[in-house]
Amino acid sequence: MTMPQTDQSRIRNFCIVAHIDHGKSTLADRIIEKTGLLTSREMQEQVLDNMDLERERGITIKAQAVRTVYKANDGNEYIFNLIDTPGHVDFNYEVSRALAACDGAILVVDAAQGIEAQTLANVYLALDHDLDVFPVINKIDLPSAQPERVKNEIEDVIGIEAQDAPLISAKNGTGIEDVLEAIVHKIPAPKGNADNPLQALIFDSVYDSYKGVIVFCRVMEGRVAKGTKIKMIATGASFDVVEVGYFGAGQFIPCEELSAGMVGYLTASIKNVKDTTVGDTVTDAERPCASPLPGYKKVLPMVYCGVYPADGAKYPDLRDALEKLQLNDASLFYEPETSIALGFGFRCGFLGLLHLEIIQERLEREYNLDLVTTAPGVVYKVHKTNGEVIELTNPSNLPDPSEIEYMEEPVVNAEIMVTSEFIGSIMELCQERRGRYISMEYVEETRAVLKYELPLNEIIYDFFDALKSRSRGYASFDYDIKGYERSELVKLDILINKEEVDALSFIVHKESAYERGRKMCEKLKDEIPRHLFEIPIQAAVGGKVIARETVKAMRKDVLAKCYGGDITRKKKLLEKQKEGKKRMRQIGSVEIPQKAFMSVLKLDDQ
Amino acid sequence: MKTLGVYIHIPFCVRKCVYCDFLSFPAEREIQKRYIDALKREIEENAVRYRDYTVKTIFFGGGTPSILPENDIKYIINALKVYYNISPDAEVTLEANPKTAGYEKFLALIDAGVNRLSLGLQSADNDELKLLGRIHTYEDFLKSYEEARKAGFGNINIDLISAVPSQTVKSWENTLKKAAQLSPEHISAYSLIVEENTPLGDRSSDFPPLPDEEDERLMYHRTKSILEKEGYRRYEISNYAKKGFESRHNIIYWQRGAAHTHDYAGFGLGASSTVGASRWKNTNDINKYIMSDGRDDIKEEYETLPQDDLMEEFMFLGLRMTCGISTDEFFQTFGKKAEDVYKDVLYKWTKQGFMEQSGGYIRLTDQGLDFANMVFADFIL
Repeated sequence: MTMPQTDQSRIRNFCIVAHIDHGKSTLADRIIEKTGLLTSREMQEQVLDNMDLERERGITIKAQAVRTVYKANDGNEYIFNLIDTPGHVDFNYEVSRALAACDGAILVVDAAQGIEAQTLANVYLALDHDLDVFPVINKIDLPSAQPERVKNEIEDVIGIEAQDAPLISAKNGTGIEDVLEAIVHKIPAPKGNADNPLQALIFDSVYDSYKGVIVFCRVMEGRVAKGTKIKMIATGASFDVVEVGYFGAGQFIPCEELSAGMVGYLTASIKNVKDTTVGDTVTDAERPCASPLPGYKKVLPMVYCGVYPADGAKYPDLRDALEKLQLNDASLFYEPETSIALGFGFRCGFLGLLHLEIIQERLEREYNLDLVTTAPGVVYKVHKTNGEVIELTNPSNLPDPSEIEYMEEPVVNAEIMVTSEFIGSIMELCQERRGRYISMEYVEETRAVLKYELPLNEIIYDFFDALKSRSRGYASFDYDIKGYERSELVKLDILINKEEVDALSFIVHKESAYERGRKMCEKLKDEIPRHLFEIPIQAAVGGKVIARETVKAMRKDVLAKCYGGDITRKKKLLEKQKEGKKRMRQIGSVEIPQKAFMSVLKLDDQ
Repeated sequence: MKTLGVYIHIPFCVRKCVYCDFLSFPAEREIQKRYIDALKREIEENAVRYRDYTVKTIFFGGGTPSILPENDIKYIINALKVYYNISPDAEVTLEANPKTAGYEKFLALIDAGVNRLSLGLQSADNDELKLLGRIHTYEDFLKSYEEARKAGFGNINIDLISAVPSQTVKSWENTLKKAAQLSPEHISAYSLIVEENTPLGDRSSDFPPLPDEEDERLMYHRTKSILEKEGYRRYEISNYAKKGFESRHNIIYWQRGAAHTHDYAGFGLGASSTVGASRWKNTNDINKYIMSDGRDDIKEEYETLPQDDLMEEFMFLGLRMTCGISTDEFFQTFGKKAEDVYKDVLYKWTKQGFMEQSGGYIRLTDQGLDFANMVFADFIL
């Protein structure tokens, strides 16, 4: 099948940026539907979010793209390449590469809620990439919609023209024509010369068991076709292109070639996504471009935790599952580790907590694994007295305090957007989490942007939930990594029946050690079932006990009655009791349920 | 010889008690009549299955069987007599609640063949009785008890429940002593189990607090010490009897073993039967039961127990009894030695002091009985 040679001036490469729930995916669906790529009947809701998890959570995890043709009012047909970007701060780098593949962006703002923290973060990111951004006001069908107020807010806060922004309801299909025309007129056509050496930006890739890695790319300069010998500049890997094509809705449609300005995919029997990292530049091995496209960086995991199979025998299954997930997700890191408490498992690295949760859920759902995960931690830099610096991802590996000169932890720049009535409680939250106040700016009379520097380890557990609950859901939050700062950190150890449980250790700021230790002991007291003997639970820092709770000895465990009619039922109870026991981890003579290992995650529950 | 225990379920009561999760409910007389007819049909239709058996025990349970007119009970016992071989010395028990039966009814029941009466007292404290939703006072109970004796019942059980809301150790001791003073042949003393689907188990309901753990344990231990001092012997976790008056019917449930000497047939709504390795349960649907032809259309949850299940039950039921399980009986039944099948478990709990073995029996120690569930769970294969 061939794609008609297209005039660059009839191509529009764009993305949609929005705060979560402002209607990004619904608008994308309407654009696809209205341009006739699919009838609404054929279309499964939200074509672009095609992982089950994405649909359930209403978020986009992987970048996706779709090509569609629009016959504009000027009588010409335009090719729209809509690139859907991930919508979460964990995936900021992926977002930036997807934006770099576009020439313009549609900013969707909820007519009732106005601008939120993610709106700002994403718009700034788009403007940083020199994209032309035009706003649309969505959800005008809501009774609480205030389109005029939102228009003014966009002009005041972001400083882009908004008076003629299309007023739409993506849900009802209102105003979509206006959006399509605006795409033609307000988003610039791509530039670039097809005769120059090939220069294409990789903005995502997926693994296919037949074709190998399918590389999603935007051709900036030159052309690529079947047979082109390509080279990835950053990784240095080279391949012979097997197929190029563009994106139908949920399918790959092969074509003759991709030339400057076009968005599409290529395959080249690539076995490993590691060879096709996002942000890398693809060039022609025989006629390479002079320099790579700007902005490439190697993405490093920010959050680590131990992942163990609940059933030790499932270790090989877990390894296979991680291997398969990594085929599609180069940012997932894992290496084998052993815990005295949990046996054989893996230390896994993630871009952030959402990424961690997604991987965990996919392992459990798609690979049917029952997991025990340890408390997530960040990467600390330990400066040893001998001058050596180690990057600590597992608290158990912390050197003896006498060998430590000092430690550093990652710190983020956080922006929190909040209505004025909650400013006090949000500032309090940030103080509790060791935040350093930077500034506060009112974006309008009743809303402000709070800027704080926060240690990453204070926000990886439940900061987002705390933020939501203290602002009745009104605060929004975004952050990026600022860098490492020296900090007074200690390792908090948990001793159960006088035995240290390695999987429960974590790194904590000296000031919060007592509080955390106390809460941890309280939590564990509730999680650990009574035994025939009393069990002390202690929190210790450097061998010194700072908190203690006791699980009292069990006094009695007997069912008073059992007659003919309830033997089956009673047997089920005993089976359950036995099953529960099997799922416990034995530490010395104490049996610890698996969920106790996750309890540190929920220390702030009331 | 094949022997059989017969259980007959009477699902009717005057009013549900707050802790009760048994299959029972108030019903109009018309429903009761049709139920008795259906019960008779079931007994007749299944007679062939039990042709070779001698019935050693009959137990009317409920519900409150004593709310039925005595003729209904007589009608059912007669049906059994016509179609089954009833041993002349069969134990025939009927559960009764105070205020639902008096002297005349007791006389008629004895005449019909009932020779053991199980009276539900639960507590000797009228406030506690009221809280539990019982329809009678302690005084009502006394009257029933005396009339039962007068009518000629020489074998009476009293049911008691400890650890009920608001109960103190003292009031429980008082209940135990008052019950023992009457000198019944048998006392069942249960620790309350709060079941989810009962008013008591409903978290939103507002009952006074249950005794705390220390008190509950104290009550449980006082039960044994007080009753033993009064001449009762504990023979099962919650059951006490004067010598020779242990409930033969209930022992059939607890002592599994050599084929067809511990079979039981359950007739009536929701009743369970176990014959050899087969087990089934009747429907819980009263309409379905009443309309049935008494044959297999009301039988549900058929299962054939594999040997592992049989061994598990042999152990966790048998170990409820203080005499323990007979190792010979185990070997004769399964062709394997209990000491081999459960080697590790026996070692573990013997070492812990929860089990002991002597005279061909393996049993739980007093201490072990306190943690029976924990030990039993280990006997699940």
